[in-house]
Amino acid sequence: MSAAPRTIRFTLNGQPVSAQAAPHHTLVEILRDQFSLYGARESCGQGLCGCCTVVVNGEAVSGCLYLAWFADDARVTTVEHLASGDRLDTVQEAFLEAGAVQCGFCTPGFVLMTKQLLEHNPDPSDDDIRHHLSGNLCRCAAYPEIMAAVKLAAQKVRAA
Amino acid sequence: MAAKLMPAGQVGRSVARLEGRAKVTGRAEYVHNLRLPGMLWGKILRSTRPHARIVRIDAHAAQALAGVFRVVTIDDIRTVIPDPYYGPAFHDQPILADGKVRFAGEPVAVVLAEDRHVAEEALSLIEVTYEDLPAVYDEVEATGPGAIVHDRLKPAGTFPDLKHLDGKRDTNVALDFHLRRGDAEAGFAASAHIFEHKFRTQQTMHTPLEPFVTAAEAGGGAITIYTASQGPSFVRIEIARLLGWPENKVRVKVPYLGGGFGAKLYIKLEALVAALALIARRPVKISLTMEEQFFTITKHAATIHIKSGVAADGRILARRCEVWWNGGAYADVGPRVTQKSGFTAAGPYDIDNVWLDSYAVYTNRPPAGALRGFGVPQMCWAYESHTDLIARAMGLDPLEFRRRNILRNGRPQATGTVLRGAPIEAVLEMLGERMGWGRAYDRANGPKRRGRGIAIGFKASIAPTASVAMVNLYGDGSCGLYCGTVDMGQGLDTGLAQIVAEELNIAAEAVTVVHPDTDVTPYDMGTLGSRSIFHMGNAVRQAAGDVRAKVAALAAELGMPAGSNVPIAELLRRKYGMQAGNIIGFGSYMPSYVSPDHDTGQTPNVSPFWMTAGTGAEVEVDTETGHFRVLRLVNVADVGTPINPRIVATQLSGAAIMQLGFTVTEKMEFRDGQLTNGSLADYKIPGFFDLPDAMENEIVDSSQPDGPFGAKGVGESGTFGVSPAIANAIADAVGVRLTELPLTPEAVYRALCAAAGNPLAED
Repeated sequence: MSAAPRTIRFTLNGQPVSAQAAPHHTLVEILRDQFSLYGARESCGQGLCGCCTVVVNGEAVSGCLYLAWFADDARVTTVEHLASGDRLDTVQEAFLEAGAVQCGFCTPGFVLMTKQLLEHNPDPSDDDIRHHLSGNLCRCAAYPEIMAAVKLAAQKVRAA
Repeated sequence: MAAKLMPAGQVGRSVARLEGRAKVTGRAEYVHNLRLPGMLWGKILRSTRPHARIVRIDAHAAQALAGVFRVVTIDDIRTVIPDPYYGPAFHDQPILADGKVRFAGEPVAVVLAEDRHVAEEALSLIEVTYEDLPAVYDEVEATGPGAIVHDRLKPAGTFPDLKHLDGKRDTNVALDFHLRRGDAEAGFAASAHIFEHKFRTQQTMHTPLEPFVTAAEAGGGAITIYTASQGPSFVRIEIARLLGWPENKVRVKVPYLGGGFGAKLYIKLEALVAALALIARRPVKISLTMEEQFFTITKHAATIHIKSGVAADGRILARRCEVWWNGGAYADVGPRVTQKSGFTAAGPYDIDNVWLDSYAVYTNRPPAGALRGFGVPQMCWAYESHTDLIARAMGLDPLEFRRRNILRNGRPQATGTVLRGAPIEAVLEMLGERMGWGRAYDRANGPKRRGRGIAIGFKASIAPTASVAMVNLYGDGSCGLYCGTVDMGQGLDTGLAQIVAEELNIAAEAVTVVHPDTDVTPYDMGTLGSRSIFHMGNAVRQAAGDVRAKVAALAAELGMPAGSNVPIAELLRRKYGMQAGNIIGFGSYMPSYVSPDHDTGQTPNVSPFWMTAGTGAEVEVDTETGHFRVLRLVNVADVGTPINPRIVATQLSGAAIMQLGFTVTEKMEFRDGQLTNGSLADYKIPGFFDLPDAMENEIVDSSQPDGPFGAKGVGESGTFGVSPAIANAIADAVGVRLTELPLTPEAVYRALCAAAGNPLAED
């Protein structure tokens, strides 16, 4: 690849960082290759499955399509940032309790999207949940359990 | 779903998945995460032709691109693997195309580079000159004269029933399986009614969200392969065979898998990546893209002819089935699918006169292998659609017609094997009850009509296969389970830990399950065919029992009175004088099996256990557009005694939803042998909006006598009846019968127009 990399600087999970990124590098590649963060992972490569979900400036993006240069100066949050130490985030707890995890490859994407949903809508209806999570795919098809997990998380968030 | 707790309270409990925490935090280990020092990335150049001779591969420009380490073709592979052909049933698949390509998408060459974008760019600089050969895509057409995919058949020698095919020429039939029971022709002659139908299923793909990925590093006369595989023991044995090395020089390590569903069995990328690491003398990793998965392994398209003779009282007297399996260009495990599902082609019915022919057929399509059900969903689609057609034609209630013909325990199945531990009747009755079958049903009158349908199916387990396990108590009494069974998302680590825990009277959460590593974990045939909880579960239970016996022996050796409850850490401390030592228990399990007779398919013992399941569906069909919605899907299964009820329920509903995708949206589309929808943008797998409005999972009260704590496999059962139940419900709603999958709105609308006497023009 001919295009030269340049240095980008951004806030990653609360820490200021810099990375070398060529114009064709995606955010998920940089996270994986330069920061050993594997929770956002490429699967379909077209932004259709949600496995590569990363939060940039508060918005969920498909990390497999999002060019790293666009993250310059941004706030980037990955699934690894949700738990603090051994204490899981409420959404992560709910996914565990509801048995909403099978192979786990899609799970970080669902967890991040659920977190986003509950920030805007603490009491989502079934239809709200379906709409919000329609861009995430689970081939193990734990959808009924994921639905239950989102509702459980909402309950926990409201109770807190 | 209620379950019985065993005395120690570990089996029958919905233990949360042991690895759940690692998965929700994004920190679970997958091969995807692995980086090896000095590693090269490989990218695969794939054939653009469905069937062609390779005249020339010009890699000069690619080799000259800055950053390219090396371009590799089959000639290079031969320098490390002289006979570079592999496969579980036939040694028919070359590690890279060998003078010929047999499907569009077949690997032809590999570029190695430190930067995978450089490797990808270099692919476009390789020029391959092809000379096209006639191609064949249809499984029935391929059995006639015309294009031949392989010059001669090369059975692997693993299976005795393939030996007679060795060296056979000028045929695309890789295996012909025949079953003859009673006298089918006499049965037809004695029948009051004859019914004959033809059904088809489409080629689909597993679509694990973690695409195939393998890395390897070699050195010092040994190789380590890190791979997303469902069968590490098979990979070790096959790579050792290809290299001519002993097994102890080939190490295969498998962390968690991001889904498998049968795709990640046998050899996929492993032989290629192992050869590349040996050629490059550096670690190599290949991660496929989603598109490339479609060119790696798929589910068989099939054509099924089925003919039944029925007496006036509704008893099925004879059945004849012919099944053609579209195996694509390489056999993979297709010949096993052909035989194992072939012998259940007549369905879970008690029929005295059965004639079955099942053919594994080579075509110029991507290879087909095992996919969640091992051919049974295709068979069930045919026999349960056929069953409904017969019932309706004879004016019999579909449930009552099934009840009259159902195969009951103690009666011989088509192979002659007497059915045991298969509560088919209980499944049918519970299905009827949950569907409220006896009650009046409102089909509605307007443009939207409702209907309901049921279907039942059964499956034999895979035989003969073995599992070996080891349970290790360390110096402080904590416990590790060592086994080669892969947790690909089905929850097996947790289930097996529960078995150990029940046997040792400890908490399942306290058991560590060691990931498959062939230098550490003992042999297992493979994580497939819903065999693991039964086969490995039995081996694990034995190993834990062995530990218990050894603990008791140690206590006796140390002079403790029998039954004294001294902690294991204390026993070891007394023996060694410090915290030291291990107590290691072993278990191995291989159920008995008798191979079916070559000419008649008859055997007294075809399967260690049977899986039985049924599906009920309610649909609403829009008669103006053909669109339909599944209002309700009821899954009923016999799982023996569930080890972990919640995981069982998740397996049942997950399997049903996956099969729903294969029923309504998923189909690999080809034009002139070229796949035209190899991406998730065009190949639609189920998402949140594709679920039935309501879904219920039920298990019947049952126990598998020789299963661990009464358990049996459950991973595939939820798939069996989904497709025919929905087709039967559509027929019930609007009176049209679809005989080809997928069941699309267009197909329904076309059928409605045809039924109204206004057929639409074809494309």
